[in-house]
Formats: sequence, C-alpha cells, structure tokens
Amino acid sequence: MRRYCLLLALLLSAAACGGESTATTSTADAAATPVGETTTTEDSGFPVTVQAANGAVEVVERPTAIISLSPTSTEMLFAIGAGDQVIAVDEFSNYPDEAPTTDLSGYEPNVEAIAALNPDLVIVSDDLNDIVAALTAIQVPVIHHPAAGSLEDTYSQIEQLGVATGNLSAAASLVASMQSEIEGMVEAVGKVGEALTYYYELDATLFSVTSETFIGQVYALVGLENIADAAGGAESGYPQLSAEYIIDADPDLIFLADTKCCGETPDTVAARPAWDKLTAVANQMVIPLDDDVASRWGPRVVALLAEIVEAVLTLEGSTP
Amino acid sequence: MDLQPVTTRERHTAKVGVRLSIIVLLSVMISVLLGILVGAVGLSAGSVFAELANKVPGITVDSGLSTRDSAILWELRMPRVVLAGLVGGMLAMAGAAFQGVFRNPLADPYLLGVAAGAGLGATLAIAYLPDQTQWPVSPLPLAAFAGAVLGVVVTYVLGRSGARQFAASTLILAGVAVAAFLTATQTFIQQQNSDTFREVYSWILGALGTVGWGEVVLILPYVILSGGTLLLYRRLLDVMGVGDEEADSVGISSAGVRLAVVAAATLGTAAAVAVSGLIGFVGIIVPHAIRLVIGSSYRLILPVSLGFGAAFLIIADLIARSVLAPAEIPIGVVTAFFGAPFFLLVLSRSRRFS
Repeated sequence: MRRYCLLLALLLSAAACGGESTATTSTADAAATPVGETTTTEDSGFPVTVQAANGAVEVVERPTAIISLSPTSTEMLFAIGAGDQVIAVDEFSNYPDEAPTTDLSGYEPNVEAIAALNPDLVIVSDDLNDIVAALTAIQVPVIHHPAAGSLEDTYSQIEQLGVATGNLSAAASLVASMQSEIEGMVEAVGKVGEALTYYYELDATLFSVTSETFIGQVYALVGLENIADAAGGAESGYPQLSAEYIIDADPDLIFLADTKCCGETPDTVAARPAWDKLTAVANQMVIPLDDDVASRWGPRVVALLAEIVEAVLTLEGSTP
Repeated sequence: MDLQPVTTRERHTAKVGVRLSIIVLLSVMISVLLGILVGAVGLSAGSVFAELANKVPGITVDSGLSTRDSAILWELRMPRVVLAGLVGGMLAMAGAAFQGVFRNPLADPYLLGVAAGAGLGATLAIAYLPDQTQWPVSPLPLAAFAGAVLGVVVTYVLGRSGARQFAASTLILAGVAVAAFLTATQTFIQQQNSDTFREVYSWILGALGTVGWGEVVLILPYVILSGGTLLLYRRLLDVMGVGDEEADSVGISSAGVRLAVVAAATLGTAAAVAVSGLIGFVGIIVPHAIRLVIGSSYRLILPVSLGFGAAFLIIADLIARSVLAPAEIPIGVVTAFFGAPFFLLVLSRSRRFS
C-alpha cells in the first residue's frame, strides 16, 4: 500500500498518506505564528526569519536569486511581485508565462544542479532526496512549503514568502483581495449550492478527493456535497471510487481535473459505459478544469472557485 | 499383465475428470453469481434475477430497477465479472503452461518480458500518440499488446542464440535481461514526458475498475485462440515433462511444442495485460494450488486452472470493489493478500507435497 500512497503523494503534489501528519502540523504551527511576530514587518528590514515546515529559516539579505521547485510557490512569488527576484523555476512551473522555467526537477531535486545557479533562497514543496538538509548543509536558505491543508495554509505561505522576499505589503494585499473575492463568491452562491452534489475526478481510473483535502474544502465553501465523502474510510483523502457507486450517486456536477494529464473531456466521460445515464451528463454539467489550477494551492484557487460558482449558478439558472 | 491396471487407471482418471469438471463448473458459476449480486451499490437479488430472466426470449418480468440501476448491472458489473473471469482464467492457464514447458515451478505469465514489454508499449502510446480519445478504438491496449509480443520475441531470439541445445534457464535469464532493458527504456521515456506520469501509472496499476463490454470483445478472440491452443497441447506437455530427449524419442518435436505453447501463452497473457494492467500472483498461485491437490498431470491442470483462475479473479475483484466500498482497492493487493495465505494453507495441508 505504501507504494501507492507514495505515488499518490507524488502525483497529486499533495502530502497524502503517511507524510501528512507531520506536514500539516508544521504548517499549522507556521499559521499560528502571526506575521507580525517575525523579526520584521518592514519590506526592507532584513535579516528576517520565517517559520516554514522545516523550522525557522533565516534570510539574511533581500534575496535576488530565488529558485522555486514548487509550481505553487512560483505562482505565489510572481503574484506578490517577487518575480524579478526569481532566477529559475522547476520544469512544472508553467505559470505565469514569464516564470524562468528550467529543467530543474522538484521530484528528483539535484542539489548540485541547484547550487550551480548560486541561489540565495530556494523554495520546495516536497522534501525529496533530503534536499532540505542538503541545501541547508551548503548554507543555502530553503523554505519548505508543503501542500496546503486549508486556505489558511495558503494565506500563511503567501505571507511568509512576502516576508522572506521583502514583499510583505504586496503579499498582505494579495491575501486580502483573495479573501474578499472568495467571500464575495460564496455570498453570490448563497444557499443554492447546498442542495447539490458533485464528483471530482483526478484521473480516468476514478480517483477522487474527499472534503478533507484542500481541494475538497474549496468546494465545501459553496456548500456542495462531495459524493466521495462516503469513501471517507480511505485515509489518504484520495479514494478510488467504484464506477457503479458514481452512477448510483448520480452527482449534479462532475468536475474533471484530468483534462491535461489524461485527455478526458465531457465527451469521453459520456462515452464511458453507463455514464450516459447520469443527470450531469444529460444536463451538460461535466466541467473540464485546468489540471494545474486544480492541483495547486496558490493564488489561482480564486479562479478555480469562480469556475465552480459559475457551474453552480448555470445549473441553478437552467433548472427552475 | 499390464493391460488390466492401465484400463482401471484410465477409468479412474475419467471418473476423477468428471467429478473435477463438476466442481470447476460449480465454482465458476457460484463466483459469477456472487460477482453480479454483490457490489458497491446494493441491487436486490430478486431484481438481479428478474433482469437476468428478462434476457431469456419470451420472458418479461418487471425487475423494479431504474434505468441507472439496470445500466449498473449490465454495463458495469456484468462486463467486469466476465472480464475478471477471462483474465483470471487466461493468466492461470498461461502460468501453468509456462511452468510445464520450462519445467520450472517459478515460471509465471509475466516471464520472458511480457510485462515489461506491455509497460513500454503503453507508455509509448500515452506519451507519443496524438489525441488518443479521437481514435475509433483505444490504441492503448493495442500498444501494450504489441509491446508484450515484442518483448517475448526478443527474449526468444536472444535466448535461443546463446545455446545450441535448448536450455530453459537460458531463455528465462534472457527474459530477465530483456525485461530489465525494456523497463529502463520505459522509465526513461516516462521521465522525459513527465506530464503523462499519472496516466502511465494509472495504466500500470490499473485494473478492472473502469472496463466495459468493449474490453471483453477486445480480448475474447485472443483468449479463445490462446486457450484453445493450450488445451490442445496439454497432453504433449505431460510427455515433455519427462524430458526433451524422451519426448523426441516418441516422435514429438519438443522444440515445436515449446514454441507453440510459449506463443499461445504469451498471446493470451499479452491480451489480458492489455486490458487489465499487471495483475500478479494468479499465474503462480492458482496452478500450484491445483497441482498440490490433483497431482501433476497437465491434462487436468490446464483446464482446471482455466476454471479456478476465472473463479479466483472474479472473487478477488469482488473483494477489491466491496471491502472499502464505495472506494476500491487495487486488485493486485487482493490477489496477493488473500492468495498467499491460501496458498500456504494448501501447501501445508497437502499430503502430496513432500
């Protein structure tokens, strides 16, 4: 089983299974530390210290050669205006377009390849190949920001990156605008979401997410009920559902987070055996998502929620 | 002097054969029934039987099932049970045949580069074939099938060229080397196309969770061809069990038999792998359990493996989809988790094993 767990953790870029407990505790700790308690609240007041998953990380000077091995962190860095301080990002960091994508890997991190670029700050989402210890040993400050367990984790990671890169005020206003946009959307939906169920598909072998996961919590914001929660016994939060269960549950909405990875579309879903009997297929409520947006916990979570809200309101509008 | 005991034995064997066939048929029927009655969604036994009766011409009963429930039964559960049966039977019989033809108890259907070749074929298809969803037939199983056959052909050519005289161990070693090479290539391609990572793994771990009648139709011809060939050769396998020279001395071309059996078993395995991914353990455990109980005659082992392999995998799949319902567990976990202790039980109980 462990092999599958590991694999899932890797594939979903989420600290699933065994790794989860430690990761969430440390991010929770980090979230519990108010930003004001770090050594500075000034954008220029270095040195600064942030409490990341790998403990207290001290950044002596305002970094100008940042490497991000985490696509989510890359999105966060660019969103808080630290983009021009970033010299290299990993192969999967495909957003925003101006991110300096290299063939550095976050899954098989190579400490020598990283060190060759002389970074003054490295951000990782997974501590694979002991990369955190290796970078610390060669005195490169490294921030470990694992998959967020909640929106609070996302906000706290954004704020920490703001502190560590000297862009705190931009980070704070990003968080504030995310919060208000999300609040606005939740209000717009109101109670209509609560009567609806959804199925969220990670791949064509019917792996899904429960409401325990970060992505599940985003859906829960607008009150949608997750059909995968019945499989909550799957401790990872990423159960593989039975096809017959999905057909029987007949969700109102189907979200495909496997459009890029696996080429699934509303048409391929409708062509699966028995799936043509689903209400969501009949109502054209099979919504293709961008896998990348759906699997990251960065600023674009707002865009994801907007897609969800649009689907809910469309469905509500079409059925009296 | 000799005549009398031989006829008695023949008669005895025939009687055993009849009894065995009844047991095998019964276990297949029971497992199929259980397979279609039990699932993540509770369909009452009465309505399932009513649906079945409806398929008999001239009978119309109201099963009380909704369109969706009916689709669950006919489009999801049925093909899954049928496919589990075909794959299980095929893997078990191919395993028995490989063990016989190589006179090696550890031989299994994935020997000789079948699994590694299929994995490479599937990875290539996922990474490089454009827009698979637009193809009339999914190219994935076809690519896996081609890869599996390629793996075995390379193994066979290399294994033969090494030794003038046939040596089973040479072929198996060649298989190990070819498998390692193919796996390395597959890993490299996968790493170069890491965006397809998830799909490749889904396929490799993938099992019977999302199959329909399409997959059944896809592998049925191969299973019939391969199964039929193996059953035809089952008597010759008994002769070859004694040794190549002995077989040659009674006028059987051991090389020809071996080639035919290996080809048939590979074809069947490749077809099974193409639709179900890699399901381990069935090809080793089922034939051995049978051998421990009914003795070492391939005349019996092959057909009984077909039946019990089918029943075993149908039940294993039933467990895989119902223990954590509505979540699924990988079927390979079930076959090993329940198969291994069961096998040890048979092993320790068996008087024949000494």
